[in-house]
Amino acid sequence: MSEDRLPLLRRITRKEHAAIAFTLDGAPCEGRAGDTLLSAILSRSDSLRRTEFSGEPRAGFCQMGACQDCWVMTETGERLRACTTPLQPGMRIVTMTGKAA
Amino acid sequence: MSTRPQPLVVGAGPAGIRAAEALVAGGLRPLVVDEAPACGGQIYRQRLVPDGRSTRDLYGSEVGKADRLHAAFAAFEGKIDYWPQALLWNLRDGVADIVVAGATRRVSYDGLVLATGATDRVLPVPGWTLPGVFTLGGSQVALKAQGCAIGSRVVFAGSGPLLYLVAWQYMKAGVEVAAVLDAAPASAKLHLIKALPLDPGIVLRGTRFVAELRLRGVAIRTGIEGLRFEGEGRVSGVAWREGGRERRLACDGVGYGLALRSETQLADLAGCAFRFDERDRAWLPLRDAAGRSSVAGVYLAGDGAGIAGADAAERAGERVALALLEDRGLAFDKARAAGLEAELARIARLRDALEAAFPFPAHWAAAIDDATTLCRCEEVTAGTVREAASRFDIGEINRLKAVSRVGMGRCQGRMCAAASAEVLAAATGKPIEAAGRLRAQAPVKPIPLALQLAAEPAKLPEAAE
Ligand code: FES
Repeated sequence: MSEDRLPLLRRITRKEHAAIAFTLDGAPCEGRAGDTLLSAILSRSDSLRRTEFSGEPRAGFCQMGACQDCWVMTETGERLRACTTPLQPGMRIVTMTGKAA
Repeated sequence: MSTRPQPLVVGAGPAGIRAAEALVAGGLRPLVVDEAPACGGQIYRQRLVPDGRSTRDLYGSEVGKADRLHAAFAAFEGKIDYWPQALLWNLRDGVADIVVAGATRRVSYDGLVLATGATDRVLPVPGWTLPGVFTLGGSQVALKAQGCAIGSRVVFAGSGPLLYLVAWQYMKAGVEVAAVLDAAPASAKLHLIKALPLDPGIVLRGTRFVAELRLRGVAIRTGIEGLRFEGEGRVSGVAWREGGRERRLACDGVGYGLALRSETQLADLAGCAFRFDERDRAWLPLRDAAGRSSVAGVYLAGDGAGIAGADAAERAGERVALALLEDRGLAFDKARAAGLEAELARIARLRDALEAAFPFPAHWAAAIDDATTLCRCEEVTAGTVREAASRFDIGEINRLKAVSRVGMGRCQGRMCAAASAEVLAAATGKPIEAAGRLRAQAPVKPIPLALQLAAEPAKLPEAAE
C-alpha cells in the first residue's frame, strides 16, 4: 500500500505551505499549496499507476505533459494527467488500479 | 485594425513571447495559446505559487532573460488574447481546435506561429521505465517549478548541456549528487574551443558547473557504455561500463536524457514539408532564414523547429513575427530582421560546436537489449521491433507502427519515435533518414473523450471574436 512505501520525491520548498486534503487509494492524504497532482502523490508514495499490459508501476517521466506516463484515475473513473493538473482539495485519486483499469 | 482573423501563436516560451511582442508592435492582436498555466515555456517556467525562492535562485545566470521575458508578457495585458492551460489539438486550413477551460473551441486564424518547444530525447536503456527515473527536463521541472528533488541521492546520466546544468542545480539545492555519467568521451569536450569565440558565456558557465561539481566531490564519468537502471518496483541503482569495467552505484533517483527533440506534430498537421536534419538526427519542418514554412502563413520558431536553445528562440520568435507582418503587407523593420538573421546564423554555428561536444550516442541503439521496453505506452520491446522489421522487411517507421504498435500509444511517439528510428536504422543497416518520421494525428495529445465527441459534429461556434 502507498503508506508503507517511501515517497519518490523529497520536498525542498513549500514544506509549510497550506495543506490541501485529498484521498489517495482510499486513505486521507495531504499535499501543499502549489502542488501538482504528481508532486502531491509522489511526495507520499512511489508510483502513480500500473501499466495496462504488464502491470508494472509507473511514476511519470517527463513532468511536462509530453510522455503521458502519469495519468491517474479518480474514484469516479475520470482520467487526469498528474504532472499538469494542479492539486485540488477533495480529489479522490486511485493509483492501485492494475491491468483491469 | 483589419477585419482579417487574428494571428495565432502556439506556445508562450521565449519564441512565442517575442513573436507576440513583435506582432503587437506591428499593430496586430494575436491569440496566444499555451499548455502551461503561466508563460515562460520549459526553460523559464514559473512556479504555481511563491515558495520563498527568488527568481535568481530559480533561473541562476539566466535570471535577467527570464525576468525580461515575464515582464514583456505581463505588458501584453489588453493587447493580446491569451489562453493558458489550453491544448491546441487539431489544425487545418486556418482553423484550430483548442481545448480550454473544459470545452473545445474552434478558432479561425490568419497567420500561425508555431513555437511548440522541445522535450528530452532519449534512447531506451534497461530500467528506464522504473519509478524514480525521470528525464533531465523532468528532474529540472520537479526542482524548479515544484521545489521537489527526485530523490535523496541522485544520479544524472546521458548527454547534452542539460546534463551538467541539472546536476549542478541539484547540488546547489543541497541534494546529494552521486554521479554524473556522460555518454560522450572526455575528448569530445575539446570541441568547446570552437564554441568559445561564438558564445564565451555559455562555455565558461558550463566549465564552471563541471569544476564546482568536481570540487564538491561529485564523480564525473565520461564515455560510459551499457547504461542501465536497476531496482524492484523503483530505481535503486545505476550500472554502466567504463573502459571495459563494470561499475555500479546505489541511488534513489535518476535524471536521464540525450539532449532535446523538437515537438513537430502541429507543423505536420498544418501541412508543412519536412527535411532531414543531420545535426538533430531528426525530420524537421522546412523553413527559410526568416522562419517561413513551406505553407503560406505558417511560421516556425524556437526549439520546436530545430534545437537551437532559448537565446535563438527569442530571436527566431521576433523574426517570424516580422515575416508575418511583411506577408500581411504591414510595416516592419527590415534592418532589424537582417540583424536577427545574422545572430541566428551565429547561434547555429555555436550549436554545431555544442553538438560535437555533447554528441548523441547513436551506437547505443544497436546495443539495446531485445528485452528492453522501447515504447513506454504500448510496452513494445526492442526485440519486437527488430523482429517485425526483419519478418516484414520493414525499414520505415509508419509501417513499423502498423505492425508493432510502437508509437501508437498516448504519447504519439514523443518518447519512442527517435529511438525506434535509430533501432530500425541499426537493424536494417540503412541511414537513419530512411526510417522516415511518424505522421502526426489529431488529437496531438489526449483530450477528454467527452470533449472529443462533442467536437465531432461540424456545428461548433466560431470562436474568433
Ligand atoms: S510525466 Fe510525462 S506527461 Fe506527465
